[in-house]
Amino acid sequence: MILKLVLRRFAIGALTLLIVSALIFWAVELLPGDIASEVLGQSATPETLAAFRERNGLNDPALLRYLHWLGGALTGDFGLSLANQRPIAELIGQRVVNTFFLAGYAAVIAVPLAIGLGLLAALYRGSALDRFISTSTLAVISFPEFFVAYILILLFSAWLGWFPSLATVSPGMGLGVRLYVTFLPALTMVLIVMAHMMRMTRAAIVNLLALPYIEMAQLKGLRRWRVIAVHALPNAVAPIVTVVALNLAYLIVGVVLVEVVFVYPGLGQLLVDSVAKRDMTVVQAACLIFAATYIVLNLLADVLGIVSNPRLLHPR
Amino acid sequence: MTRLLDIRGLRIEAQSREGRTEIVKGVDLNLDRGEILGLIGESGAGKSTLGLAAMGHVKPGCRITGGSIRFDGLELAGADARLLRQVQGRRIAYVAQSSAAAFNPAWRLIAQYCEGPVQHRLMPRAQAEAEAVSLYREMRLPDPERIGARYPHQVSGGQLQRAMTAMSMSCHPELLIFDEPTTALDVTTQIEVLAAIREVVRRHDAAAIYITHDLAVVAQMADRIKVLLKGEEVEEAPTREMLAAPREEYTRSLWAVRNFQPAPRDEPAPPEPILHIQGVSASYGVHPVLRDVSISVPRGRTVAVVGESGSGKSTTARVVMGLLPPSAGQVVFDGQVLDPLSRNRPRTLQRRLQMIHQMADTALNPRHRVREILGRPLEFFLGLRGRKKEDRIRDLLDQIELEPGRFIDRLPGELSGGQKQRLCIARALAAEPELIICDEVTSALDQLVAEGILRLLDRLQREMGLSYLFITHDLATVRSIADEVVVMQNGAVVEQGPKAQMFQPPHHPYTEKLLSSVPEMDPDWLTRLLGQRQMQEKGAA
Repeated sequence: MILKLVLRRFAIGALTLLIVSALIFWAVELLPGDIASEVLGQSATPETLAAFRERNGLNDPALLRYLHWLGGALTGDFGLSLANQRPIAELIGQRVVNTFFLAGYAAVIAVPLAIGLGLLAALYRGSALDRFISTSTLAVISFPEFFVAYILILLFSAWLGWFPSLATVSPGMGLGVRLYVTFLPALTMVLIVMAHMMRMTRAAIVNLLALPYIEMAQLKGLRRWRVIAVHALPNAVAPIVTVVALNLAYLIVGVVLVEVVFVYPGLGQLLVDSVAKRDMTVVQAACLIFAATYIVLNLLADVLGIVSNPRLLHPR
Repeated sequence: MTRLLDIRGLRIEAQSREGRTEIVKGVDLNLDRGEILGLIGESGAGKSTLGLAAMGHVKPGCRITGGSIRFDGLELAGADARLLRQVQGRRIAYVAQSSAAAFNPAWRLIAQYCEGPVQHRLMPRAQAEAEAVSLYREMRLPDPERIGARYPHQVSGGQLQRAMTAMSMSCHPELLIFDEPTTALDVTTQIEVLAAIREVVRRHDAAAIYITHDLAVVAQMADRIKVLLKGEEVEEAPTREMLAAPREEYTRSLWAVRNFQPAPRDEPAPPEPILHIQGVSASYGVHPVLRDVSISVPRGRTVAVVGESGSGKSTTARVVMGLLPPSAGQVVFDGQVLDPLSRNRPRTLQRRLQMIHQMADTALNPRHRVREILGRPLEFFLGLRGRKKEDRIRDLLDQIELEPGRFIDRLPGELSGGQKQRLCIARALAAEPELIICDEVTSALDQLVAEGILRLLDRLQREMGLSYLFITHDLATVRSIADEVVVMQNGAVVEQGPKAQMFQPPHHPYTEKLLSSVPEMDPDWLTRLLGQRQMQEKGAA
């Protein structure tokens, strides 16, 4: 039964991704202007325009072009950039790695920290510590992320001089150096996503604290920390995982501003540049990657939620 | 014997929206090693609060305001968390009312068993597991070697309650607190659990406080009985003495509840039944739950359907109400065949057939006031509005003996359990029905409150000629209000007939088992019954 549920989620995920890819393709189609004359410029003759259209398959019907694009995307071939005629895969490759590296860096710090603080806040509910954790995390997300980024630069880079203000990375860089130069953007992102996850953890745990089995655990003479971490947390997995997944997706998709502030060569930067240059094939590819990230992470959260339910995992 | 627990002048306050109320008002309690004390009283008497206080625990929102709790020389009132942790679970253990809610759904039974002894550093995990298996065997759980590997939702209610008793013994405690451990169980399951608890407590020479509202149950378990009312002690005496000669009026009234007998109906019932369930079978998905059930309810009479949980009583009600379409058979109401689905039935038919649920708590919208709860069916079924509706709401409140002026603007949360159930009755009455299906309507209530509900239902039946299909697992209730009895087991009717005949031998073997499982007000009853059953088993073998 559980296998069926999980497979169903996967099927729904795949279907969603297909619909989203069609929407992305269609939306770019709708944009006004002719791609060939955009690329070749005002001075192009009708003959060169026709040759360009022929070479890039622009005369084919939309459905055919969509299928062609989708088939390519599935094998990692996103076509050529309109702006400089280089393969998009090559253009995007290193940037995807950079974006995922930064997101992973931030996630490794933010997720355990947020859940830990959420547990602490639930454990000392109503105390000064609880109020401090709740208000300070809330205060941080109330600022726009570029503002948080500039404050961190001012503090750690301009005044203290501990970290560089520009997160310049190159492919051959060692891991230690890379972690060092990307620390400030990672910290910015940690601060941005933490509040949501921490508050959800706290709320999910507090919801459970009035239940008889939590009282039973107390009456067994267990330490409060154990009651919360061993008895409450496993039963709060589903809501916490959902929020964590949403925030992880945000770490990858929503970092455009942070990347711009720190001049970090990630996918967000590329997206902003490509929109400015009207490089539609690159925009399509970036959007598809973002959409896939969202869907895959939410899918994982759903599956974890199902698997963490003992009633489903161990049927009668 | 030496004194183990000594509670003196204990006072506990609860903080609620209306302010502070004292829920335990200066109670003394003492207990020797190896002794079992029964605590009895209706809900709100403070029995559970007192039981938990004996472990030094108070519920959130409550606090100890006076008195002392001395356990083996240690003062537990106001003790710090470290001292309490050394006592709770390890020297005093707790067995909760609903084991389904008190077991953590995320962990296997044996992991929850081992947690206490391992965390208190009494023994290594392997030894705890070995002891768990031997206790599971003592508690007569099926397949004791492997049942520990199951999750709480994978075993039955009776088994879970026994697993919890085993878990409470895991640290070899000197004192056990049993908080209504069998209240949520069927009579037949209750016996097995009672026998297992009694044996294990005696064998391990532990002392126990046994909390219940059922006198007959406590009579089987306790050496001494203490009666509580509204946070104060009414009286205390050795079990046999109290059963033979209760001193106080209140204690006697606890006895009397079981004796409510409405006067017999004079005129014979009309020959045409109001409800006729004809050969109904039904299933949930692929699991068959009803097999060829036929029941008929005479007009103006009460038909009681009894059986353990899982016998198909409530499913029968769902079929009649049109919530579950039967796979075979039909339901005839006042000569008309009812559509299998409620939504296809004409509104006049829906109006004439109403239902009252077991949990009045969850059957009432917590955000609607009494006026809206009763007003809705009046508008929906009868089209009453304005002045007329208001007058009718007040009439209904009068009928259920709740003063309209005081109650009409209240929310369900501001009513007691019995008042909520009365409100549910009024809501059913608002539709001016002819037949009401009562699904375990008194099971969640204290005996005194339940008796009030039964009297009310009986009065309404006389005044308005109502017919009841009364679903219950409590044979004392059946004995008091039924005209006819239907016994169900495993989705089928095993026996049915007029009440007088059903309570006279010879019985169907299953009816016999049900009847003999109802606890009697005799301290030797359980011992005698277990002896008899053992003899029968030997005879059969």
